[in-house]
Amino acid sequence: MKYIDEFQNPDLAGRLLDEIRATVTRPWALMEVCGGQTHSIIRHGIDQLLPPEIELIHGPGCPVCVTPLEMIDKALEIASRPGVIFCSFGDMLRVPGTGRDLFQVRGQGGDVRVVYSPLDALRIAEQNPDREVVFFGIGFETTAPPNAMTVHQARKRNIRNFSLLVSHVRVPPAIDAIMRSPECRVQGFLAAGHVCSVMGTAEYPELARRHQVPIVVTGFEPLDILEGVRRTVLQLERGERTVENAYQRAVTAEGNPAAQAMLSDVFEVADRAWRGIGVIPDSGWRLSARYRDHDAEHRFSVEGIDTREPAECRSGEVLQGLLKPNECEAFGTTCTPRSPLGATMVSSEGACAAYYLYRRLDAGTPGQRPPASARTASGTPSPVTASLEGSPLA
Amino acid sequence: MCLAVPGRVLDVEVRDGTRMATVDFGGVVKEVCLEYLPDLKPGEYAIVHVGFALQKLDEESARRTLELFETLGLLQEEFGDPWEAAEAAAIEWKTQDDVHGEVRP
Ligand code: SF4
Repeated sequence: MKYIDEFQNPDLAGRLLDEIRATVTRPWALMEVCGGQTHSIIRHGIDQLLPPEIELIHGPGCPVCVTPLEMIDKALEIASRPGVIFCSFGDMLRVPGTGRDLFQVRGQGGDVRVVYSPLDALRIAEQNPDREVVFFGIGFETTAPPNAMTVHQARKRNIRNFSLLVSHVRVPPAIDAIMRSPECRVQGFLAAGHVCSVMGTAEYPELARRHQVPIVVTGFEPLDILEGVRRTVLQLERGERTVENAYQRAVTAEGNPAAQAMLSDVFEVADRAWRGIGVIPDSGWRLSARYRDHDAEHRFSVEGIDTREPAECRSGEVLQGLLKPNECEAFGTTCTPRSPLGATMVSSEGACAAYYLYRRLDAGTPGQRPPASARTASGTPSPVTASLEGSPLA
Repeated sequence: MCLAVPGRVLDVEVRDGTRMATVDFGGVVKEVCLEYLPDLKPGEYAIVHVGFALQKLDEESARRTLELFETLGLLQEEFGDPWEAAEAAAIEWKTQDDVHGEVRP
């Protein structure tokens, strides 16, 4: 069996694959929601190991990719202002706005700083009372609670020069929007494990019932994904359409109640635009009225920015699972990680980046594998692992 | 960014009224906020995302995940120098294209 030796427990992987093969009697299209799962699937060739009846469709679960261009442009505008220290996670540095990115803003003299945690940004605010410190708050239900806590702390400790540029999104409304699309082919979902470790599974039974679709909470290690696929296919073949938890070591039904409580104190549910997809009702959060003075959009006037999406970028379709990255005309020609047209090509969790990194270059030939050097930690051409050398992790 | 990383709590203290811990992620040590998992004790493992412990994890699964993340380079992504990575990206991709040829004819 090809490639299976890359799995942590090849015997178990082989058994799971055997069971899936024995279960499947007809074609099924499953969507993995989380971008981390997409990378794991492409990297390990899981889609190629599965029987041909099972198609994995990549979902919108990359927080960097779905942040709308308008928000990136607002970030770039705020980061360029004198007196501002703009803090962000490293993933956002090379995400293209209209014409430039945060990396270039720093080159042009903007004070852009990368932090590991939003609390680091709060510390920077405390240490620079004469500057305005803005943190770019993007991400799903895993990142929103840390950002909520940081705003709560800013309020508690009376740190007034700290604000959050909020672009938080929620997974369940996205699943709902995907299922409502007339072009939707998805018949089962591998739900994002870490989102559920915070939110629990309470939001999913109603979705599964309404759309008659199995939803299986899944981790992102290769064996987790195979187990998620196995359980989803088993449900589909048996005619069941329920919610199951295949990631019990990290997900409980109730999730993390303390984090949920903080979320509903600091944020309120709001409509959100998703890059390339458009506005999905109730699909995100904004700061609730009590915390609005920590909202960067209120503090800085950033309305009326002229945003222009590159016309040839089809990331909206990629994010909805309607198009595979290598079916995009620009893929690998005018769009590469070196000069990305869309966030899905630059983000470490983006589907276009996964296809480029692991050399899934031509549409319709999923059998291609990356060169051997791309598959080992020591010789990978990925910018990330390439810089492992000399690090304490190498 | 969305992949939370498991780590082991080394010690716990209250700072500025906030429960904080030092946490070891397979050799990299970071400050982590415990407000969402206040019962976490030294020696225990948790899934940590952007400096916040979000869910307890047993030692075995934590070790397995850490090993996998190290192999995949995800730890470097989470804890490495992002400016370097962004700069390196341009160079690395260029080299890769030179080696493997243009992606499409
Ligand atoms: S390959 Fe590039 S242009 Fe095409 S959808 Fe992906 S990011 Fe957009």
